[in-house]
Amino acid sequence: MVKLGYFPGCSLSSTAREYDISTRIVCEDLGIELIEVPHWVCCGATTAHITSDIAANALPAKTLIWAEKNNMPITSPCSACFSRLALAHHTMTADEDMRKDVAEVVGEEYKGGAKVLHLARVFYETYGLEALKAKVKKPLKGLKVASYYGCLMTRPAEVCDFDRTENPMFMDKTVQALGAEPVKWGYKTECCGAAFSLTKKEAVIKLTGDILNDAKECGADVIVVACPLCHANLDSRQREIEKRSGRKIGLPIIYISQMIGLALGYNALDLSFKKHFVDPVRVLKEKGIL
Amino acid sequence: MKQYLEEKNFKQGFRKDVERLSKQKISNCYQCGKCSAGCPMAFKMDYPPTMTMRLIQLGLHDEVMGSNTAWYCVSCETCTTRCPREIDIAKVMDTLKIMAQAGKYEVSDTEIPIFDWIFLKSLQYTGKVYELGLIMAYNMLSLNPFKDVFPLGLQMFLKGKIALLPHFINDPVAMWEHLEMFSKIHKKQKAKIRETNG
Repeated sequence: MVKLGYFPGCSLSSTAREYDISTRIVCEDLGIELIEVPHWVCCGATTAHITSDIAANALPAKTLIWAEKNNMPITSPCSACFSRLALAHHTMTADEDMRKDVAEVVGEEYKGGAKVLHLARVFYETYGLEALKAKVKKPLKGLKVASYYGCLMTRPAEVCDFDRTENPMFMDKTVQALGAEPVKWGYKTECCGAAFSLTKKEAVIKLTGDILNDAKECGADVIVVACPLCHANLDSRQREIEKRSGRKIGLPIIYISQMIGLALGYNALDLSFKKHFVDPVRVLKEKGIL
Repeated sequence: MKQYLEEKNFKQGFRKDVERLSKQKISNCYQCGKCSAGCPMAFKMDYPPTMTMRLIQLGLHDEVMGSNTAWYCVSCETCTTRCPREIDIAKVMDTLKIMAQAGKYEVSDTEIPIFDWIFLKSLQYTGKVYELGLIMAYNMLSLNPFKDVFPLGLQMFLKGKIALLPHFINDPVAMWEHLEMFSKIHKKQKAKIRETNG
């Protein structure tokens, strides 16, 4: 039994509710116990670190201190939360001035004993692919999947404790273990522009459009993601991108937890596919998965 | 682009300020250009990251702070990951934005500072991001009240993707501590920026 502290992040109670729902279902089925961090506060996301570096470290500090005290690794399904927590851990371990500043505002010192994991890597490393394979009830045969990692799940290398930043493969291997066929493509770690979702929409449309078009050209049926911000851009902006370029894309964007859920035999209702803008049900039915 | 190097335009203290606040050794940059090559937003920037690093080395603060470069940094960390001199370039961009938003220099962007202000206010009083409130407040203050409301916002609402009410920290003591922490952060950050020599 794997026991982890769970930091869902703000998006998972609003725009990415289906990610939270599917994560909880899948983890319970696999025997990964998630304990939600009590009274967690926002990690500071894309704004705290460009406004105040003390806020950027102090906001995740309480969560890190909780993890340290309870001697429990924490996992976040959101790449931005994961990155902010891991970066705060990294900064406060290396930079003594910052650690002291944060201790003063938080009222407690963080000693550097927490471990932060991204949910996608929990499935791959902590739980393990062999164990996952043994749980598969309905292999995702014939489904071509482009794994989109985005920027913050793997970068920077020393913060994420990960050395294949240019061509990560763990999600490709995870979907392969579920019976699907990973697609080779070029944009798996390019940025979708999440930090500019509301402020610089034109930039987001360009970055997201490039990612979607490359996945389509490389023959993907669906894109798998592990971040609510990536999902929001790729899924909800897709229609506008199609309209502007005059070309149909029609790529469903599926969370890694939903992907595992499908292989475990859950249906579209359990996994809340109705909340998606680009409907994944049609292609999944065509492939005989649903 | 032509740069005229006149002594009156230099400010050595500027490089030192950026180095001290970002804890990065900017003089290490040897202008290889890997950061600009990988930057997904370089196409929008007045000066690409490599050039910005050089401008900081030279202490040309007006060029750096007056350009849109830092504001178009999307914090994807590609430059930081690839820098052969191990400079955290994304952090340098963060630092430029922190310095501008602390009121020390010109703020050469109209969108991001408004968004940051609303975001952090929302975070201060609820502890969690209230997405609907954030979007509405941002649209109002950026004088574009109906941006993304039709059809995107409406569809999101119909799909149950938008929570109507904010989520708070569900414990009064934790909430109080959170508010107190925020006021301390503001004081400390101000003091830290004021120390600069620039």
